[in-house]
Amino acid sequence: MALRGDKVTLAHGGGGRAMRDLIEEVFTSVFEPESMEDQARLMSGALTEPGARLALTTDSFVVDPVEFPGGDIGKIAICGTVNDLAVGGATPLWLSAAFIIEEGTEIALLKRIVATMKVEAEKAGVKIVTGDTKVVGRGSADKVFVTTTGVGVIPPGRDLRAEAVQPGDVAIVNGVLGDHGAAILAARGDMALSTDIQSDCAGLGHLMAAVAAACPGLRCARDATRGGLASALNEIAESADVAVEIEETALPLRTEVKGMCEILGLDPLYLANEGTLVLFVPEEEAEAALAAMRSVPEGQGAVVIGRAKPKGQGPLVTMRTLFGGARIVDMLVGEQLPRIC
Amino acid sequence: MGAEKGAEGNKGVEIRVRGQVQGVGFRPFVWHLARDMGLTGTVRNDAEGVLIQLFDGSEGFTDIFERRLRAELPPLARIDAVELCEIAGERAKTPKTFDIIASKDGAARTRVTPDAATCDHCLNEVRDANMRRHGYAFTNCTHCGPRFTIVTDLPYDRPKTTMAPFEMCPACRAEYEDPEDRRFHAQPIACPECGPKLWLEPATEGDPISETAKRLRAGEIVAIKGLGGFHLACDALNAEAVALLRRRKHRPAKPFALMGTLETIRHWCAVSEEEQALLEDPAAPIVLLEMHRPVGAKPHGIAPGQATLGWMLPYTPLHHLLIDAMGGPLVMTSGNLSGEPQVIGNAEARDKLAGFADAFLMHDREIARRLDDSVERITEHGPMVLRRARGRVPGTLPLPKGFEEAPQVVAYGGQMKGAICLLKDGQALLGHHLGELDEALTYEAFLKADADYAALFDHHPELIACDLHPEFRATLHAYARAEKEGQRVEEVQHHHAHLAACLGENLWPLEGGKVAGIVLDGLGLGTDGTVWGGEVLLGDYRGFTRKAWLKPAPLIGGDRAAKEPWRNALARLDQAGLSEWADELFADKPLAMARRAVEKGMNCPMSSSAGRLFDAVAACLGVCADGQSFEGEAAMRLEAMATQAPDMGVGFSLPLRDGELDPAPMFAELQGLRQHGQSLDRLAWMAHAGLSLGFAQEARRLVEAGEAQAVVLSGGCFQNALLLQLMAWHLGNTPILTHTKTPANDGGLALGQALIAAARHL
Ligand SMILES: [Fe+3]
Ligand SMILES: [Mg+2]
Ligand SMILES: [Zn+2]
Ligand SMILES: [Zn+2]
Repeated sequence: MALRGDKVTLAHGGGGRAMRDLIEEVFTSVFEPESMEDQARLMSGALTEPGARLALTTDSFVVDPVEFPGGDIGKIAICGTVNDLAVGGATPLWLSAAFIIEEGTEIALLKRIVATMKVEAEKAGVKIVTGDTKVVGRGSADKVFVTTTGVGVIPPGRDLRAEAVQPGDVAIVNGVLGDHGAAILAARGDMALSTDIQSDCAGLGHLMAAVAAACPGLRCARDATRGGLASALNEIAESADVAVEIEETALPLRTEVKGMCEILGLDPLYLANEGTLVLFVPEEEAEAALAAMRSVPEGQGAVVIGRAKPKGQGPLVTMRTLFGGARIVDMLVGEQLPRIC
Repeated sequence: MGAEKGAEGNKGVEIRVRGQVQGVGFRPFVWHLARDMGLTGTVRNDAEGVLIQLFDGSEGFTDIFERRLRAELPPLARIDAVELCEIAGERAKTPKTFDIIASKDGAARTRVTPDAATCDHCLNEVRDANMRRHGYAFTNCTHCGPRFTIVTDLPYDRPKTTMAPFEMCPACRAEYEDPEDRRFHAQPIACPECGPKLWLEPATEGDPISETAKRLRAGEIVAIKGLGGFHLACDALNAEAVALLRRRKHRPAKPFALMGTLETIRHWCAVSEEEQALLEDPAAPIVLLEMHRPVGAKPHGIAPGQATLGWMLPYTPLHHLLIDAMGGPLVMTSGNLSGEPQVIGNAEARDKLAGFADAFLMHDREIARRLDDSVERITEHGPMVLRRARGRVPGTLPLPKGFEEAPQVVAYGGQMKGAICLLKDGQALLGHHLGELDEALTYEAFLKADADYAALFDHHPELIACDLHPEFRATLHAYARAEKEGQRVEEVQHHHAHLAACLGENLWPLEGGKVAGIVLDGLGLGTDGTVWGGEVLLGDYRGFTRKAWLKPAPLIGGDRAAKEPWRNALARLDQAGLSEWADELFADKPLAMARRAVEKGMNCPMSSSAGRLFDAVAACLGVCADGQSFEGEAAMRLEAMATQAPDMGVGFSLPLRDGELDPAPMFAELQGLRQHGQSLDRLAWMAHAGLSLGFAQEARRLVEAGEAQAVVLSGGCFQNALLLQLMAWHLGNTPILTHTKTPANDGGLALGQALIAAARHL
């Protein structure tokens, strides 16, 4: 049955027929959960293997604008949760999705978001098995917020931990940096020149599966989301008690992103990514890791960007610059404030 | 003989001397003086300085002794205070001789003094074919030579220096032990028999100095190990060699320092008496000197777009021998990878400087501590320190009245020109210039300096002071140390610290009253969370209020604005309603996107920075609009242009409304005059004049209203001598305090932070 009107109203959150219609038409007709019970009952052969472990992750997504070049909030919600599972070594299996919708949001927009979620979930091989919706008054949310929870299984014997990184290990990224952050900024600022920058938003489950199969010594992986590559590297270095040195000339950056960063004075190392991860492997497995990554679409741009070193008394993460100096790559304390006096 | 002098003669007197009196030949000097006056007694080093006991003097001998003590002081000694008291009773047993008493281990904490340029005596020996140190590159005595750069530990004795591996030959040992000798207790004493050796790599037959000169004359670049680090040298008269050095160092325009004889320097630059004295100071800094006008074809490529050249005299025998062999001046730029600190080790040099240098002039005395050359200049208001390092540190500064009981404080300074400061016993030790702390090796040097100065000063801080900026590395370190050791951290607003640093070096008393501080700077975080940098503050050590400021403009692209002056021009022109002129001037720039960023507030923090205003003016005059190849380039070029202008007429207007000095009219006038073909030099001058008048008027008003006692001029913009001169002129007979001993830039920031932190606890 068709919904009345083209915008979400508070009535859609009231628990009555309007709400049921919204859920049916927008969500369940697309996600097709196996039952309409308020719980998913799940089983997988992978779960029962001796030594297998369950992985659980949850994330909330708020992004302005909700649709941007290369994706929308739904795509990030699926990819982000799939990636959180994947970089931990888990095979993603099931997702839940909860929506907080602002009164007045266009129903067509919700439908587009849900459609992308469906596509991304299928690509990643996960099922959206349960969910929830709430409607809030104008200004209490910004169009739509999405919370996804993911469940996966870590096969027996796999143990990826940042603590495992050792001096000499090689750091590899799967592709270009900063595309997502730049695309969001461009969309937010109506930057006329930057329409060709697309979010890198992508699920990395298959890529992680390929690397894990090819590199028994794989130490750890981390998706470089909020805070960018800089934060991911600092977190790893801190956990592992090592230093990390990266090469400026090795960093994969799209010309457009580089250009936009220059104009806006932003450092691409701190820009968010939604389909980029960094992983550490022992030096002797670096070639195998690169080959495995390049065997999937999300890893075509895989390159070595640096390596772990013994920790000194100085900073944890540094970057060799073009002319030879080493710049400290800190974790940001807050927002980036100008420092040059 | 004692009996003949009667009762007065038997009375002893004890003289306590404080200041720079250890390791500078002070005790032998006292020994000579006492013997000359027929006095008996003793002299010794102790924890507080030097202690002298005198006996057997005739009527009034103490006055004469003190007068001669001050008048005939050895060149490197400095007396801060002399205290006298009589020795009564038991202790007054008259000795028969005058003796130097060896300092008891542990009791004396001999302080280290700054490195000093080769003295005339030593230079004569080096040049005299009959002397045993003829041609010896490591000659020194108690009046000159390496100090801070060779100390590895305290007390300052040869085994605790990098001279330790060199065992004195009998001849040197005899000099070292003879109080009559100029080298009595000269810790780095050496001679060709027993001291460090010099060699050239790749190895060549013949004398390394003449071989080096030969290579330099042929246009090669040679890495030369000096006192505080390696230099990269080339023939300053060879334009191709200079260009080659620029290419290899990726340094397109930053001025190179020069080394030559006074005669050579006079050939290129005007040298006043004060400037000559500064060049010849034992600290031997690089001195910025105005070039003769009109600036000719030479020196080509040394300091593009500048009106000054940075010169230093040879300051070690090695440098003297090399300059003698060259017969002309050398470019002497620090040997480092771009952005990194100067290289100090031989292996490190071979590794890092291989891409820059064709050869290496090496020696086997290690450099214990990296010290850049200090950079200074003379203005109408006295000396100006731009970079405080070799020859100046670890010299101490006395603290103003009221700070006698100040707790021990360590202050960690700013981000771009790192330098730390310690307070203890009524003195401040402002450490050496470290550089930009975002550089990994510089930050390591910062950590090392922290530990190093603490050890040298036996320092145990009760308070730690730092900037307000949460992301300065120095601030992060302050909190990290406090967490470990439990001290309280005092955050100090950037420009308040600049103000206090200037007060402190001028010995403004703690209770001296409030001053009006004109602080013109790059930028610092304000107490309101915005970025400041063009301020009139009313305050003292304890606090301040912000009385006036430049009308804020967006820093388009945050820190990027500091690198590309067109961004600041765009911001100011748009603000002044001169967008069309901006479109015209910067047609090749991504103006639409930049304006969009301003509109959306994307990385465009508002700032009252005076430095960025200078950049904006520079860009409107076509100076460094695209980018600066080094920090301060646009402002330095603007100053150079302005000094070439006829210094007359009025400046641009900078009206004050509700505390805001609005530069919009300045840009409107600038546009009008530029379109009428006014000379760029003149416009540059008018910008300096207008800016100084605007700030001076407000500061003057505060003094005239009785709110402030004097005007303080501080912040990085006051490295600009013309701005300083015009500001002083506009302030008329208002009392002014300026920086003469510490840098007006962030190199002096830590001093101000330390004083403010101390004042909050006094
Ligand atoms: Fe400053
Ligand atoms: Mg999560
Ligand atoms: Zn000497
Ligand atoms: Zn000897």
